[in-house]
Amino acid sequence: MMTFNRLTHLEALESEAIHIMREVAAECRNPVLLFSGGKDSIVMLRLAEKAFLPGRIPFPLLHIDTEHNFPEVIKFRDKLANKLKVKLIVRSVQDSIDAGRIIEKPNQSRNTLQTTTLLDAIEEFGFDACFGGARRDEEKARAKERIFSFRDEFGQWDPRNQRPELWDLYNTRVHPGEHMRVFPISNWTELDVWQYIHNEQLEVPALYYAHEREVIERNGSLLPVSHLVRPKPGELTQRITVRFRTVGDMSCTCPVISEAENANEIILETAMTRITERGATRMDDKTSDASMELRKKEGYF
Amino acid sequence: MTALNTPPLKTMELLRFSTAGSVDDGKSTLIGRLLYDAKSIFEDTLDAIARTTMKKGQEGLNLALLTDGLQAEREQGITIDVAYRYFATPRRKFIITDTPGHEQYTRNMVTGASTSDLAIILVDARKGPLIQSRRHAYLSSLLGIRHLVIAVNKMDTANYSDKRFKEIQHDFEPFLKRLGIPHLYFIPMSALHGDMVVERGENLDWYKGPTLLDLLETVPVSLSTTHLPARLPVQLVCRPQTPELPDFRGYMGRIESGTLKTGEAVTILPSGQRSRIRNLYLGEKELGEAIAPQSIQVTLEDEIDISRGDMIVSSQDSLPKTVRKFEAKICWLSETPLDLRRKYLLKHANRTVKAIVESLDYLVDINSLEQKPALTVEVNDIAHIHLKVLQPVMAEPYHENRKLGSFILIDESSNMTVAGGMIEKA
Repeated sequence: MMTFNRLTHLEALESEAIHIMREVAAECRNPVLLFSGGKDSIVMLRLAEKAFLPGRIPFPLLHIDTEHNFPEVIKFRDKLANKLKVKLIVRSVQDSIDAGRIIEKPNQSRNTLQTTTLLDAIEEFGFDACFGGARRDEEKARAKERIFSFRDEFGQWDPRNQRPELWDLYNTRVHPGEHMRVFPISNWTELDVWQYIHNEQLEVPALYYAHEREVIERNGSLLPVSHLVRPKPGELTQRITVRFRTVGDMSCTCPVISEAENANEIILETAMTRITERGATRMDDKTSDASMELRKKEGYF
Repeated sequence: MTALNTPPLKTMELLRFSTAGSVDDGKSTLIGRLLYDAKSIFEDTLDAIARTTMKKGQEGLNLALLTDGLQAEREQGITIDVAYRYFATPRRKFIITDTPGHEQYTRNMVTGASTSDLAIILVDARKGPLIQSRRHAYLSSLLGIRHLVIAVNKMDTANYSDKRFKEIQHDFEPFLKRLGIPHLYFIPMSALHGDMVVERGENLDWYKGPTLLDLLETVPVSLSTTHLPARLPVQLVCRPQTPELPDFRGYMGRIESGTLKTGEAVTILPSGQRSRIRNLYLGEKELGEAIAPQSIQVTLEDEIDISRGDMIVSSQDSLPKTVRKFEAKICWLSETPLDLRRKYLLKHANRTVKAIVESLDYLVDINSLEQKPALTVEVNDIAHIHLKVLQPVMAEPYHENRKLGSFILIDESSNMTVAGGMIEKA
């Protein structure tokens, strides 16, 4: 028999992520997995499934719903949670706005507004560890964040005072009221995520694949037409074949022109693409060079 | 799309390496060059860099800006913390751990080197190796790096002189040999002009060795530890106790070294009980054999009481020692010095136990490598100590097995990670 004594890069990344998830399950009192129905959280859920089989996933899912989500993503979220028999907790940004916890400014994306709702939910349930699907290749503030990222009692990240993270001996300890954000797929790239989706034959919401959609062009980006985005005077709508690289707030998540109809074709396209995931698809990240860093410091994902 | 349908990336290996040096050595430019020439930089990122370059009144494309991370760093023109970068070639995927050279150098360097297969130390061709270069080399050897690349950068400012390169090599090599790093490589380069980073360029024809990328693509991934004795520290026990699986007991963990097979005779530590492996699982899949560093689950032929922190090891191989006392080198990471009267928490291979420093033997002067007596250990110090733990740990010397030889110390009241340690004698 031939012995393979090396893991592929994807096997190594999978092993690292499973190790991290098990470490949280072993050491944290009350963990939760932040779940959006997007591709990164779908990969996270598959990793959690593999980590704990034949047992059940030993933590619930939490979705911070902006109510600006694509309806097909929400449907997909519910279906998947149901299939895996995991408890899904949903807390809504709209409820926080109605309760006066958040004041929404006109034309503001709801991505930023999620922070208050998220921190309120963490306090409500007393979570001491929240898994997130953030990747270090997404953005430069993320590139400096630890896998186990400490948050103080206000949910804040202090980039200048992070815990050293040596080998893979993770320090999971927090005081009451503080918590950890844990990023098992920190070291994955967008391409790794798609390769994993392909290898594991994971289902993702259909809008990740090429489909016809009505869009308008605004500030050099394509915006999907919906009840939140209506053409302004002078803007023309057009029907073209697109796909989404990320799924977030419908009012600011832009599709890219693509013919890729399955994971394999996306891998080929991603391997050749010359624009970063966030640059292509998130209008709110273009606002300032440091916008993610500022949001993270306040407690964002 | 037929030939392209199976991406060639599938069998790629992962290599983790760290880079050390200060901004002055051209480290940011080198990383920028590596990413740029390996075509791993996206267009919008390049646009942003071009804009910033212009705003700063500089010309062309300042590749160093690629590695600027946080706002405070951009404002002050410094690097605060360890940053991670990713790129891939058709042969390998790379994770770069980029560690700043100046402030908090030891702490960051140790963090970066702890997960790396290879380290790159930058030397300015005009200045030659500095005290700092020696420090970095020592810390790399302390952390068990087996491949050390001395990137003699800025060769363009030294007329691409073969004589100058040899001088530096001659000057630095005796010190490096003393450290006992098994594989040393000297590469002349100009990150600014792209010579010998990814492309060979036209200015260094006298150099016949590999370019930096050639080397990165071909050095063996030394963190692969499949040839070592099999060690599986138990991370979690799976007992679903459902109607379908009333008696299932699975032991989850990552194989830290070696290979485990179905039917293999194993010993459980610290109890010393013996059994055989019934099955190995990854998710729903049964594996006949699993290798380090796979995260798997095993079931055993016999019902044995095993919990987190116990260790399943192959009975054929030599067993790790079960010890309550050992000698170690520690790197102190906290602004609060070591307090010899206090107990700390020691985390080692899924076990967290209380520990006391029995004796502080000496500090290592990381410039001269000399031992010096000490009464305390402060941030960035490297110290040799004797440790006593209240429950036994299954230990091996760090230079034999990185995973069973490493530990961290945690301050129980502040919860801070205060030290990283490497076991020398168990």
